[in-house]
Amino acid sequence: MQEVLVLGDEAVALGAVDAGLSVAYGYPGTPSTEIMEYLIDYSEKKDTGLIARWCTNEKTACEGAIGVSFGGRKALVTMKHVGLNVASDAFMNSSLMKIHGGLVLAVADDPGMHSSQNEQDSRFFADFAKVPCFEPKSHQEAYEMTIEAFKVSEKFHVPVILKLVTRLSHSRAVIQRGGTAEKSCFGKAPDRKDWMAIPALSRGNWKEHLELQDEFRKYSEKSIFNPISINPGRKDIAVITTGLAGNYYMENIKDLDPAPSHLHIGVYPMPEEKITDLCSRAEKVIVIEEGYPFVERYLRGILPGGKNIDGKMNSVVVPYGELDPDNVRKALSLPPLASQKPVSIPLPGRPPQLCQGCPHADSFNAINEALDKLGGGTVTSDIGCYALGAYPPYNTVETILCMGASVGMARGASEAGLENVVATIGDSTFLHSGVTGLIDAVSTDTAMTLVILDNSTTAMTGGQNTILSSSQIKNVVLGCGVNPDHVREFVPLPKNHDENVKILMEEISHQGLSVVIPLRECIQTLRQKKTKKA
Amino acid sequence: MAEKIDIILSGVGGQGVLSVGAIVSMAAMKEGLKVRQSEVHGMAQRGGAVLAHLRISSGVIESDLIPKGGADVVLSMEPLESLRYLEYLKPDGALVTAAEPVENIPDYPDLSMVHRTITDQANANLIDARTLAKEAGSLRAVNMVLVGALSVNLPIKSESIKEAIRDKFISKGEAVVETNLKAFNLGREAGGRQ
Repeated sequence: MQEVLVLGDEAVALGAVDAGLSVAYGYPGTPSTEIMEYLIDYSEKKDTGLIARWCTNEKTACEGAIGVSFGGRKALVTMKHVGLNVASDAFMNSSLMKIHGGLVLAVADDPGMHSSQNEQDSRFFADFAKVPCFEPKSHQEAYEMTIEAFKVSEKFHVPVILKLVTRLSHSRAVIQRGGTAEKSCFGKAPDRKDWMAIPALSRGNWKEHLELQDEFRKYSEKSIFNPISINPGRKDIAVITTGLAGNYYMENIKDLDPAPSHLHIGVYPMPEEKITDLCSRAEKVIVIEEGYPFVERYLRGILPGGKNIDGKMNSVVVPYGELDPDNVRKALSLPPLASQKPVSIPLPGRPPQLCQGCPHADSFNAINEALDKLGGGTVTSDIGCYALGAYPPYNTVETILCMGASVGMARGASEAGLENVVATIGDSTFLHSGVTGLIDAVSTDTAMTLVILDNSTTAMTGGQNTILSSSQIKNVVLGCGVNPDHVREFVPLPKNHDENVKILMEEISHQGLSVVIPLRECIQTLRQKKTKKA
Repeated sequence: MAEKIDIILSGVGGQGVLSVGAIVSMAAMKEGLKVRQSEVHGMAQRGGAVLAHLRISSGVIESDLIPKGGADVVLSMEPLESLRYLEYLKPDGALVTAAEPVENIPDYPDLSMVHRTITDQANANLIDARTLAKEAGSLRAVNMVLVGALSVNLPIKSESIKEAIRDKFISKGEAVVETNLKAFNLGREAGGRQ
């Protein structure tokens, strides 16, 4: 046993290493990024043969990992919750493959949207694919569940989801680390029929997958990660918690004397017998879940005459945002703790903003002036630091949807008749899923200007290298077939402002597709490099 | 009864709020205490308001987050930020904050009003952190001044904290260690004055 102080994400990384991991792939996304950063660092420092790499997007990462499994080795894929939307085609179909080397997807949800565009709950994806899902509530569980997830994946030959949330991913605590298992190497998967998603084979594989569901339920019923404690003396309420709600419940339990009967669910599919047992113990069940009301919805059903249930669906538990000790306390009908009063003077908010000297600021200033001089226009944008162009003093961008959508939405907006349509996207997001949208626009020479804000890094998540170097971006654009006369570059600096405005005005006025690449390195990564050198 | 201290750390993204937590965590672990620190990564770090929860206990720590009314101390790197989190403080909890503002928003309130509001609190201590850091020999030691000011509220020996500071800075040379230890001592002195 070794004690180490780690982030929740790092506990997952160590769990994977100790499970005998061979390969990890991922795409950066808060709050999952630190899993892969730890593994990359680990693979560079220690001569263990571990391969850990960033990929173009979550789908290519997931496909890569499925290939590793086919080759008989353990693979981990890391992503944030919305990344699983991107990877879902590969993931959903992989549930019908006979997974060979263990395959675990570590997916980090972001309730409260600290750094995300929605609060989607990855348990639904596990349920959708009908595969087991682990949801740790502590660092130790994150470590142990990762090891267990690989075992389950290899035992039942299915992919397994490990669902994390921001507060665990980015919290630091000590774990007890056990030994490191040898890397498994089972060789190539024995039967190709298990690996081809064609109707004739998939029908059979789907039936087998459905037959497995009972095995999963039996496993979940016995799991130590689904602990139940019964107090026959308390018959008014019983409590079900999932994820970090379990911690917030325990934080308040001293005020709930005598303690109600309690089931914490950490492994899915749901332990139906334990749930039935718990619900028989009290008149009312309070269901407190971090994320969507996933368990609660199943419990309620639609037929009348069911159990008396409190939860997110009747707003006894706050149905949006993040849980915390205070709103869980309220859901348990406990009064707030005595505290100091807020001050009466106004406290203006302090939202995040582009750094002093950020190249995006110069690009937005140039776009604003160019569009002003052209009598206005439309600016779509994307996921990254440059989303801050939505705020003053820039107020440049009008749409932010999902990775790569700035390009497709600009094309659609232009075809709908809008004029002077500009799409703004970062270099990493462009390669992630902007390229395909650009090919659509090439096919119709749509009147729009794609501005690739190239700062040579994935800045928002802390400066991971972009999958291709900046020198390659122009080649990608030209390779997609954009007219070379309308592919322009400039350096976004205040001293170049007038020239940059001119370039933008020329290209935005062009009644066809154009691409402008403002290129200057992120000042944060530049600073980090200087510090490293010093 | 388990020994337990809950600290709210606040400031502006880029100020090094987490490095303050890291030193205190290391010192607590040297004394065999358990720690849990909830951090902010990602978008909010870009010059926005930053809040971290640091929990130290001899017993089990269940939640990463401190309940409102549960914090023993709010330690802030910035005066306006210090006032956002008073509801986290116990009725007798302490407010310790750097006096120097980060005015990166257009509607920053009048600084003397902010300072007055802080000193009006029952158990508050406004620390001239930059001045003391300069006196210690480096403006970069501001964080250690604040660790020093915080330390008077902690059930952790100052020797353990000094050891943690030494461990953290030793790779940068003895002079840097000394500057940071001096900053810690000056902060501790200022923290003792109320």
